[in-house]
Amino acid sequence: MTDLVDRRQMAYIAAQAADARVNVELETEGMTLNIGPQHPATHGTLRIVIQLDGEEVVAADPVMGYMHRGYEKLAEVRTYPQVTTLVNRIDWLGSFANEVPFILAAEQLMDIEAPPRAQWIRTILFELGRIANVTLFLGDMGVQLGAISPVFYAFRDREFILNQIEAATGGRFHPNFDRIGGVKDDLPAGWIADTKVALKAIQRFCDEMEDLIVGNEIFAARTRGIGVIPADIGLSYGLSGANIRASGVDWDLRRDAPCGLVYDQVDWKVWTHPDGDSFARYWVRLQEVREACGIVEQLLDGLPAGPIMAKVPRIIKVPEGEAYVETENPLGIMGYYVISQGGLEPFRVKIRSASFSNISIAPWLLKGTFVPDVITILASLYFILGDVDR
Amino acid sequence: MLATVAAEFAYWQTSIFKLLMAFVAVLIPAGGTVYLYLFKMVSFLQSRLGPMEAGPYGSLQLVAEVGKWAQKEDVVPSRADAFVFKAAPYVVLISTFLLVIVVPFGPDAVFADFDTGIFLALAVSSISVIGILMAGWASASKYSLLGGLRAAGQLIAYELPMVLAVVGVVIQAGTLNMQGIVEAQTTGEIFGWGALGHPFILTQFVGFFIFLIAVQAELAQTPFDMPVAESELVTGYMTEYSGFRFLLFFIGEFATANIFAFLASVLFLGGWSVPPFIMDAVPGLAPQVDGLAAALGGTTGVAEASFSPWFNLIGPVVMAVKMLALTFIVYWVRFTYPRFREDQLQSFAWKVLIPISLVNIAVTGVLKVVF
Amino acid sequence: MPKVPGLIKGLTVTFGELTKTVTRGAQTVQYPHEKEAPPIRARGVIALHEENCTACMLCSRECPDWCIYIEGHKTLAPPRRAGGKPRSVNKLDRFDIDYALCMYCGICVEVCPFEALFWSPEYEYSEPKIADLLHDKTRLGQWMETVPEFEPYEPGAEVKAKKVPK
Repeated sequence: MTDLVDRRQMAYIAAQAADARVNVELETEGMTLNIGPQHPATHGTLRIVIQLDGEEVVAADPVMGYMHRGYEKLAEVRTYPQVTTLVNRIDWLGSFANEVPFILAAEQLMDIEAPPRAQWIRTILFELGRIANVTLFLGDMGVQLGAISPVFYAFRDREFILNQIEAATGGRFHPNFDRIGGVKDDLPAGWIADTKVALKAIQRFCDEMEDLIVGNEIFAARTRGIGVIPADIGLSYGLSGANIRASGVDWDLRRDAPCGLVYDQVDWKVWTHPDGDSFARYWVRLQEVREACGIVEQLLDGLPAGPIMAKVPRIIKVPEGEAYVETENPLGIMGYYVISQGGLEPFRVKIRSASFSNISIAPWLLKGTFVPDVITILASLYFILGDVDR
Repeated sequence: MLATVAAEFAYWQTSIFKLLMAFVAVLIPAGGTVYLYLFKMVSFLQSRLGPMEAGPYGSLQLVAEVGKWAQKEDVVPSRADAFVFKAAPYVVLISTFLLVIVVPFGPDAVFADFDTGIFLALAVSSISVIGILMAGWASASKYSLLGGLRAAGQLIAYELPMVLAVVGVVIQAGTLNMQGIVEAQTTGEIFGWGALGHPFILTQFVGFFIFLIAVQAELAQTPFDMPVAESELVTGYMTEYSGFRFLLFFIGEFATANIFAFLASVLFLGGWSVPPFIMDAVPGLAPQVDGLAAALGGTTGVAEASFSPWFNLIGPVVMAVKMLALTFIVYWVRFTYPRFREDQLQSFAWKVLIPISLVNIAVTGVLKVVF
Repeated sequence: MPKVPGLIKGLTVTFGELTKTVTRGAQTVQYPHEKEAPPIRARGVIALHEENCTACMLCSRECPDWCIYIEGHKTLAPPRRAGGKPRSVNKLDRFDIDYALCMYCGICVEVCPFEALFWSPEYEYSEPKIADLLHDKTRLGQWMETVPEFEPYEPGAEVKAKKVPK
């Protein structure tokens, strides 16, 4: 009897020992790598906790909120004109585009429509904001992959656009130019001619990037087939903007629902790419900058005469109601859900920012990639931390 | 020439002189290229002017930078292996100084004239890998570790094409001696036409190309800069270094770039010598055929006997010009291209460069026998 | 025609930029030595035209981050016409803008009903101490000299160009 028990015990111990030996031989310990919150590739303070096996990513978890500034809550204690100055700071590279959906939502609640000239100026500045924003991406993608020069070219040529935005609005980064019922001021004399010169510089920049980055074999090797987002997965994660258009989804709110902006007045094209990889996302954005230059040029030629402000009371009280307006911002779809209870301040503002949705696909996308590809994918998803955390 | 020098100075005097000249040969070109290329050329590439405030046209910027680094706190991470961490930059720098001793700057202006000079150069250039691995491991930082391991894998992968590229030159020159290679290029002829001499870049352009790529990878410059990759690994193995030790890494990096450019100009561009048609034009420069030395068959004596001593002065200038031309390419490429991924780099080395260089050696060997 | 490899094209782009910088100069400006003039509308610093201010507190209330501090008291001004009654006016005691808090949104300038606040494109007023960024009404009044005239508008505009009081 005892013999049997002993033998069983011995067998058990042997099995345990064998297991242990196997584990010693095969189980290597993974490594947890914190990319961020302070890291050159995160454009700010995003933290991504990555489980590594060698250089391969086993799991990636973005940790957001390091830059949470509470704009939704702040907007509840600011009057409607004051909110635009705050929301400028959400996507700080294409600031004017942040103001527009909020103003449109407020206008919808007040049942006001801006005069045509104001709508055209809005659309022009909206597209200039897109150019300023995406131009920087076109250079920054290069620097994330190790090419230092493109980002300097991007800063150099974005300067022309920022100068034009400043000449019209007074602010380079934070225009605060959109008002309920129109825009703050009319364009200064000579602005249209200057802007056309600036657009020429941007088109030249796009050609340079075509030669320097898109045509580069190393860039193609680094981005083609890396971070492929199938269209259905992308849609289910709520991706929008160039990220989803690069996956072949022909969906652009500027064409499909040009709420309050005059995109239906100009001749332009929505660019898509069937691949859905990092290269496609870069390529689509490059074409979008070119397209935006074309849009602005056409709008400048056809700017109608007229007033820039509708009849708006001096003290703005928004009647009770709810409105949701979304526009196609440089980073993707941005929407404001505004609830008013008839006071000077909005009762509640919910901001749907593009980057927050775009970054949410990161855990799915980063699994199984390598550390250099993590950087490629994050750069090509193109998020701005202010837009992620709000 | 060497004999007369040796007669006039004692051994310790020549040694000290050589030691000083080694510092000059390492630090002056390093400073020069950092200012000329890293500060100025790159700025011009990017449509800006670079440092302009320190000294006329920013020429003293480097002095200011060195002063800044020297006075910074020397931080050693608390979990780091302090001794290895502190020693690593010196190991890297030693490799640089060992490299420079085989580079000839003139018929006598050479620190040590080994019969197997190029062999020694390729051997000691690998020492820097040890320093980088030490730095990566001892830093106790994950980024440093990844960077150090990447550097080790990369430098080993690119050592091989570099050696194989040099083999073609060695076959053509028929010697491993650096002076012999220079001499072979100066006195050589291409199919009977000797006005240019025979700079091996003309017949060994495949080898030259592979050598340049391998140098780019060896120096961890873009497109092969994964070990330092700022946007991924936050400068890799150098992440935890600060102050003076970072400066040592920095000097090591740029001085090694220059010395590899010196090596490339010796191997492929004719070294300190100038093409024979220039030598013929200037009286007194043409190499004298020394019957006695040739008859004695001295290995190292050949070059000394046959070249004008003026080359000891002209040589360094010629070398500097060639080095600047080559480093221009290095930095031009560095600031234009994005970087490869680690696995792409490895497959590029093993699947493309090494087969090409093997074919190059075979073809060179066959042609050497045929002609 | 065979396609030029992208690697070569990239090198020509950067080399072209190099020659452009050498021959035509850089795009950058050597800041303390040469300065770029900001556009007339640039929101650099707010200037106060004190005579127009009635201490109505509208700017102070509309400021999104409440960085304008105003104090005033009622006083009697001499009558407009001879023999009339003295008028009761608001006298401005204190008008401070804390530029450490200011977001440069321009709402105060916009809401001012008496045209007492103006934007000046001046930007060089950084201070070593953060407390010195609080500009009082004399400092704000000095900025008035730097306020440029308003520009004319593009054709088709129906807005009337304003005038800067001098």
